[in-house]
Amino acid sequence: MATVPTSERWYRRHAGPARVTHWINVVCFTLLLMSGLQIFNAHPALYVGDRSDFDHPAMSIRAHLSENGLVGETMIVGHSFDTTGVLGVSSEHGQVSSRGFPSWITIPSNQDLATGRRWHFFFAWLLVLNGLVYFGWGCASRHFDRDLLPSRAELGHIGKKVLEHLRLRFPRGAAAKRYNVLQQLAYLLVVFVLFPLMILTGLTMSPGIDSAMPQLLTLFGGRQTARLIHFIAASSLALFVIVHLVMVLVSGVWNNLRSMITGWYDLGNPRTTDVA
Amino acid sequence: MSRDHPRRRDLLRALAAIGGLALSGCDRVASAPRFRSILDAANTLTYKVQRLLIGAHQLAPEYNEADISPAFRANGSTDPQDEGYLNLVGKHFADWRLKVHGFVAHELLLSLEELRSLPARTQITRHDCVEGWSCIGKWTGVPLAEILSRAGVRPEARFVVFHCADTLDDGEFSVDPESIRYYESIDLIDAVHPQTILAYDMNGKPLTVPHGAPLRLRLERQLGYKMAKYIMRIELVQSLADLHGGRGGYWEDRGYEWYAGI
Repeated sequence: MATVPTSERWYRRHAGPARVTHWINVVCFTLLLMSGLQIFNAHPALYVGDRSDFDHPAMSIRAHLSENGLVGETMIVGHSFDTTGVLGVSSEHGQVSSRGFPSWITIPSNQDLATGRRWHFFFAWLLVLNGLVYFGWGCASRHFDRDLLPSRAELGHIGKKVLEHLRLRFPRGAAAKRYNVLQQLAYLLVVFVLFPLMILTGLTMSPGIDSAMPQLLTLFGGRQTARLIHFIAASSLALFVIVHLVMVLVSGVWNNLRSMITGWYDLGNPRTTDVA
Repeated sequence: MSRDHPRRRDLLRALAAIGGLALSGCDRVASAPRFRSILDAANTLTYKVQRLLIGAHQLAPEYNEADISPAFRANGSTDPQDEGYLNLVGKHFADWRLKVHGFVAHELLLSLEELRSLPARTQITRHDCVEGWSCIGKWTGVPLAEILSRAGVRPEARFVVFHCADTLDDGEFSVDPESIRYYESIDLIDAVHPQTILAYDMNGKPLTVPHGAPLRLRLERQLGYKMAKYIMRIELVQSLADLHGGRGGYWEDRGYEWYAGI
């Protein structure tokens, strides 16, 4: 009877602080996205600059009446799309209503800006505090440079990794101990670009903060541009989450979930397969 | 090997429970008073941190003539139908008087002429609506600090309350069975801020009815709903508890934050 040492098969992939902050972030991001869409719905149009040029938004979601009833229209830089049923016009508690994003994706589900704002700012604080804990731990434990920063050699393998991902072939064994270069780049983008952008553009929308730090307005090109960037960065994060979830699903959902909950990742030691 | 799938079923159950909670629970949780008071703590934190971070006299950014919005949007009440107000409009506000009372050394009663003869400040600032849009306008008016120093604020006073002439058609939002006129309040830090003015001119012309004629508040470091229009009375108070719903303003009594610096 061959016994395989657990140390070779079970690999402690995620440290405690990474796991705890990851799940707090999941809750925060989900609720921030949903309450953020509620806030967006109060004025479903985005502009460039300091002020809103109501006749020329960069993007808008509107409803208008046609002979076939209410039509939802989404406009992105001059190009209009009929988005009835999802954007502009959708059903709220069984009733066709004109609203930006549909009720199933906003908090609360009905139009209620005050409640949306209350949720948004609470979870924004939690996200920032959680982010600070993660950032502090990441620096202290050298998580960022050890796990997230790709080496020159890893950067050279981007093309190969993209092909592997498209064929849904993922590393096993010792190679799975380290994030691959596509993961590293995606996580770096999320941690060091998208989340900081969300927080800074969010703060730029605060008239109070603008009086203390007018440099933020210069940096982002005005309050309305900051609102536009806030929306684009949030959409990018939502897209990241979708790709992330697909990857979790196709690369061994239970193994991935277990490792993010308990820390333990099954490297699938081939010797185990032999004895089985 | 049993460790291949540790507690898979438990994990599934937990995930299903979280999913169910997320789908059905948010609305119920959102309306629970206890949860609401937890969420409100975040706004208190925002207020305290912003007060700590932002100097009492730190100015909101000011813009150039070229930045002024060609069409400044009017929101909230834009055409009050209150009889008393319509009478004032009919006489071009000749009979209008601003009353300053409450915890003051001397009550004031000021006509528009008298206000215009006081020291004035002009500023081109950005108006941010809670809905998300912004407009830029040029405002001229008397600094509130000037009025307060003339009235003499008594040491017990903690808030400035603005009583307005307009009844907002609140429909679904009604708190009081009877319709109520707009009201707002600010603390004394904001009241004496140099950009806090009682504006009578907008873009170089007397304030129009949609924008709050004859007098509106400009409070440049907070959102639009704080900037009361159609001001009739300014009252210095110790507490906001007795003001309608007790949260310090018309929209505050309908769920919005009293501190609107964010």
